[in-house]
Amino acid sequence: MRVVLIDDEPLARSVVNEYLRSWTDFEIVKECNDGFEGVKAIAQHEPDLIFLDIQMPKINGFEMLELIEQPPSVIFTTAFDEYAIKAFEEHAVDYLLKPFTKERFDKAVQKWMDQRVVTLPKQNTKQLLDHIQNSSLRNERVVVKTGTKIKIIPVNDILFLAADDDYVKIHTSEGSFLKNKTMAYFEKLLGEDDFVRVHRSYIVRINEITRIDPYEKESHLAILKSGEKIPVSKTGYPKLRQVLGL
Amino acid sequence: MSQRQSNNTDLNNGVLSRNKILLVIVQCIVASILSQAAILLWFGFTFQISLLDGAVSNLLLTIACYLIGNNLKYYRPEKNRYLLMLMYCSILAILWLLINNWVLDSIILNDPLYAEFLYNSLPIRFFIGLLIIGLMAMISVVWYTQEDQKETEKRKIEAESLARDAELYNLRQQLQPHFLFNSLNSITALIGSRPEEARKMIHQLSDFLRGTIKKEDQQPVSFIDELEHLQLYLEIEKVRFGHRLSAEISYNDACKIKLLPPMLLQPIVENAIKFGLYDTTGIVTISIFAECHENELQITVQNPYDPDTNRPKHGTGFGLSGVKRRLHLLFGRTDLLETTAYSHIFTTLVKIPQT
Repeated sequence: MRVVLIDDEPLARSVVNEYLRSWTDFEIVKECNDGFEGVKAIAQHEPDLIFLDIQMPKINGFEMLELIEQPPSVIFTTAFDEYAIKAFEEHAVDYLLKPFTKERFDKAVQKWMDQRVVTLPKQNTKQLLDHIQNSSLRNERVVVKTGTKIKIIPVNDILFLAADDDYVKIHTSEGSFLKNKTMAYFEKLLGEDDFVRVHRSYIVRINEITRIDPYEKESHLAILKSGEKIPVSKTGYPKLRQVLGL
Repeated sequence: MSQRQSNNTDLNNGVLSRNKILLVIVQCIVASILSQAAILLWFGFTFQISLLDGAVSNLLLTIACYLIGNNLKYYRPEKNRYLLMLMYCSILAILWLLINNWVLDSIILNDPLYAEFLYNSLPIRFFIGLLIIGLMAMISVVWYTQEDQKETEKRKIEAESLARDAELYNLRQQLQPHFLFNSLNSITALIGSRPEEARKMIHQLSDFLRGTIKKEDQQPVSFIDELEHLQLYLEIEKVRFGHRLSAEISYNDACKIKLLPPMLLQPIVENAIKFGLYDTTGIVTISIFAECHENELQITVQNPYDPDTNRPKHGTGFGLSGVKRRLHLLFGRTDLLETTAYSHIFTTLVKIPQT
């Protein structure tokens, strides 16, 4: 079994390292200090199992998992995060509360070994991530991957979003970025205070709109400060009028 | 009768004790009785009749005043309902007049001249009675309203001080369970490989926790004591984050004895560490320096930050609003905590007024 450890505290990694020594089939292929290293290591080593801390530099554990297309099985290790623990329990993803004993650690690894035969714990991880995103607890920023680079976009920088096949294109003043998520996901994440969904395929920051022009019959175009023209659908127009107080 | 007014103004003062007020009232009643008797003497009545008239009128009027005062203590008409008050006072004045007349009429029997005088003086007696009862009513309203206000104010102050104590207590509970559990986890790791260091860290952690508990009260501590406590915290964090974290501390000797609220700096440094460590991936140096100005101790804490991850707007951060609130509660000022973010360095400046 190939294992990757991702934790920003070296001593915390050394505990896992030490505990894992008695599991002879397991080999730690990489230890990572943060999520960026984690993304790279997972792509490179394709581990069977990762031990992942949540609170880490730059991007947290959940954000890191979001960036990976096929997240491996995860055992979370965290010191204190009431919210996360609740989420773990709901989705039967195993987690270790620091400091944890060797017995507890062995149980988690054993559980993973047993489950692996029956179901794929990866499924649970996926569900957990959806749950965490939907609860929009961490909606201050969006993490995207551009090529090999990871970009953190503060929600405040988002001008508008456009659906693009299975992706959503996030437009900011610095350019646009693709993220593998649905429009409904973003609609929920961004809330209704600053953004409005004017079209099946468009969500716009309300403050960016400078003008609304009629366009063909029954539809309109919203003109943004940047000059972009965004189509407004028949159902989107009343919503837009409402938020603009027209 | 007119002398009674001076007694009433004294009542309004509020600085007099109960006994003193009572004494003044008695004096005024006596003075009123005597002046009324003097007026009657002037009209040519006997000394006995004059004194009797004065005594009966004024004592009955005192009862009327007591009645209205007592009444207004428990029930005050709503604002602007003067007509009701006037009616009430008039009724009381008429009642007083009737009883007064009846009493005087029945005790002073053998003087037809007095009987005539009593009858003729009815309107004057009524208006003077009304005037004094009205005055008493007004003063009572003002007096009791003031008492009520004082009571409300006292309650408000009490509630505020209670809330403030609770809030200060909460604000000082900045020690995060996250920190504690992660430190314990580090100790777990050290025990196997480096037991000596594990032991050292347990001691540091114990000293730190003890310091936190000891500072239960709000007594100001000296800068040097607070710094010592802070260094324990920094040492523990250094063990946790290894080579990634370093700290620079500088201050001049004069600052050592300056006073500051206990546990004020810890959340600021905690914020700086979190901010520094979680926003960047490189080596993080936290700088702390203190300067003394005339009546102020200024402490600056700096940490690197990444403007791409965290915009300065969001940067005021976790524990800082708590620190700001606490400074406001303690010193009544909102300008004692400043943060600036400039070219990858986040600076927190805290000013502590010295008295």
